[in-house]
Amino acid sequence: MTDALLISGLTKSYGDGFEALKGIDLKVPQGDFFALLGPNGAGKSTTLGIVCSLVNKTAGKVEVFGHDIDRELARAKMNLGVVPQEFNFNQFEKVFDIVTTQAGYYGIPLKKARESAEKYLRKLGLWSKRDSPARMLSGGMKRRLMIARALVHEPRLLILDEPTAGVDIELRRSMWTFLEEMNRQGTTIILTTHYLEEAEALCRNIAIIDHGRILRNTSKRELLQQLHVETFVLDTEKAMDSAPALNGYHTRLDGEGALEVDVEKGNGLNEVFAQLDRQGIRVLSMRTKANRLEELFVRMVEENAEGQGLKEVNQ
Amino acid sequence: MSPHAILTAFLTIVIREVRRFTRIWPQTMLPPAVTMTLYFIIFGNLIGSRIGQMGGFDYMAFIVPGLIMMSVITSSYANVVSSFFSMKFQRSIEELLVSPVPNGVILAGYVAGGMARGLSIGVIVTLVSQVFTDFQIHSLALVAVTVVLTSALFSLGGFINAMLATKFDDISIVPTFVLTPLTYLGGVFYSIDLLPEFWQGVSMANPILYMINAFRYGFLGVSDVNVYAALGMILVFIVVLSVACLRMLARGKGIRH
Ligand SMILES: Nc1ncnc2c1ncn2[C@@H]1O[C@H](COP(=O)(O)OP(=O)(O)OP(=O)(O)O)[C@@H](O)[C@H]1O
Ligand SMILES: [Mg+2]
Repeated sequence: MTDALLISGLTKSYGDGFEALKGIDLKVPQGDFFALLGPNGAGKSTTLGIVCSLVNKTAGKVEVFGHDIDRELARAKMNLGVVPQEFNFNQFEKVFDIVTTQAGYYGIPLKKARESAEKYLRKLGLWSKRDSPARMLSGGMKRRLMIARALVHEPRLLILDEPTAGVDIELRRSMWTFLEEMNRQGTTIILTTHYLEEAEALCRNIAIIDHGRILRNTSKRELLQQLHVETFVLDTEKAMDSAPALNGYHTRLDGEGALEVDVEKGNGLNEVFAQLDRQGIRVLSMRTKANRLEELFVRMVEENAEGQGLKEVNQ
Repeated sequence: MSPHAILTAFLTIVIREVRRFTRIWPQTMLPPAVTMTLYFIIFGNLIGSRIGQMGGFDYMAFIVPGLIMMSVITSSYANVVSSFFSMKFQRSIEELLVSPVPNGVILAGYVAGGMARGLSIGVIVTLVSQVFTDFQIHSLALVAVTVVLTSALFSLGGFINAMLATKFDDISIVPTFVLTPLTYLGGVFYSIDLLPEFWQGVSMANPILYMINAFRYGFLGVSDVNVYAALGMILVFIVVLSVACLRMLARGKGIRH
């Protein structure tokens, strides 16, 4: 089966000579739910911008469902829906007109365009706002408007650049459900996000990009398996001056006096509690320190910054 | 895209453009109607009655074609430059860039939008002028061809201006410092016979002079220039500007990084 997206040797130098992408290879199979992660300025938007022809590439190859963007651009575009990072609709136009017009650009006749616009505006909870000018929507509504607009021609590949930035928790969850449903129905989805729990909850495959290079491109499961140490934060009944020594575990106090324990994979937690019990320390509550993926991510990017992790480990 | 899909995309752009300028009609349709009414009253009625004849016609009858043409030129240009530049500015141009609409269709859509506004204003001003004078029509076909081509040409001009503009100031420079002077000096208000020979020669380098004269010829049957040469020149300009626009779109200058 052809891949939904195939990128090879992609480079980009901006007009000022800045090299934003230094040779990117990526492969997103059909039906995938794919996350592109990386710190600010890593090159995520640049990569996605090239895929949807908002940015001209310097070199390299991009194929969308087997259609090379240099040779079959229109076909590639037909298969693509894009939700950009920044709002890019006409603020004075009405919500319904924005979505219907977009359908028209794909050659969808007016009657069908209206039906499709209605379908997606309803799905995204914007139908009651259809006659409002876009500028009157809240930030979260504007994001959803861009999602409806990206879907109106029913693309097979949906690209979302930070779709949940500035969106409240409840809405974020409902967007997740919506995207999962789209994915189940066969739409391939690529998203970028700074919320790693989002990638952990939704995605099957993940690529980590930094300074214009892919540091890692693998399945989420494999990535998580790499994490052999997990940190737990324990709130204890009595405040402690110093962290108690636990045999076989690293411990320390965090800034607020809670106890942090590093637990190696496979060691389990029983022994931690048994030892704390013996020392007479009562634990009131416990949580994992950070999202697991986040820990891995931070570690990778830090290593990269130190120039140690620069070897590419693309699969 | 299939021819049918291309037609749909083209009409979508045109409809969007028409919706835009009709939505903001107090900014787009009202001002030329008001300004032209004032011109008709002041130059045509009050001053015109003292001037007497120009080019063998009542002064009012003489200036009406020029004033219609002037509003068509200004409106066509203004529509495309402000619509396309604000798309660029708000980045909603990206809606078009991610879609499969070919560049030629984008250009055609915007030019048709500019023509829709330019020609509607032309009709409005013509109707207003009827309050002040009854004009004759020498050749309806020539009137139509001239006004349609001129409107297309200045829509293209507006498109180029919008592509090159990087800030809002840039979209008013050409209308203020180029279009308006050339129009005023292009024989809207006088026949160039009145000018000393040297200035007649200079005026002949002004393309707008040819358009206004060809248009006036369609109404009155008089012209300072050869009408067919004028039409040929407009066509050449249209071709040159279209090629320039398509090149800019292909390179994505100012719209793609
Ligand atoms: N138009 C531009 N001209 C010059 N440099 C640019 C331009 N756009 C982006 N860059 C640079 O390219 C690099 C990558 O930017 P990009 O927007 O792709 O990052 P990103 O991964 O999407 O970051 P973020 O998470 O902040 O959105 C950055 O260093 C940025 O400064
Ligand atoms: Mg970005």
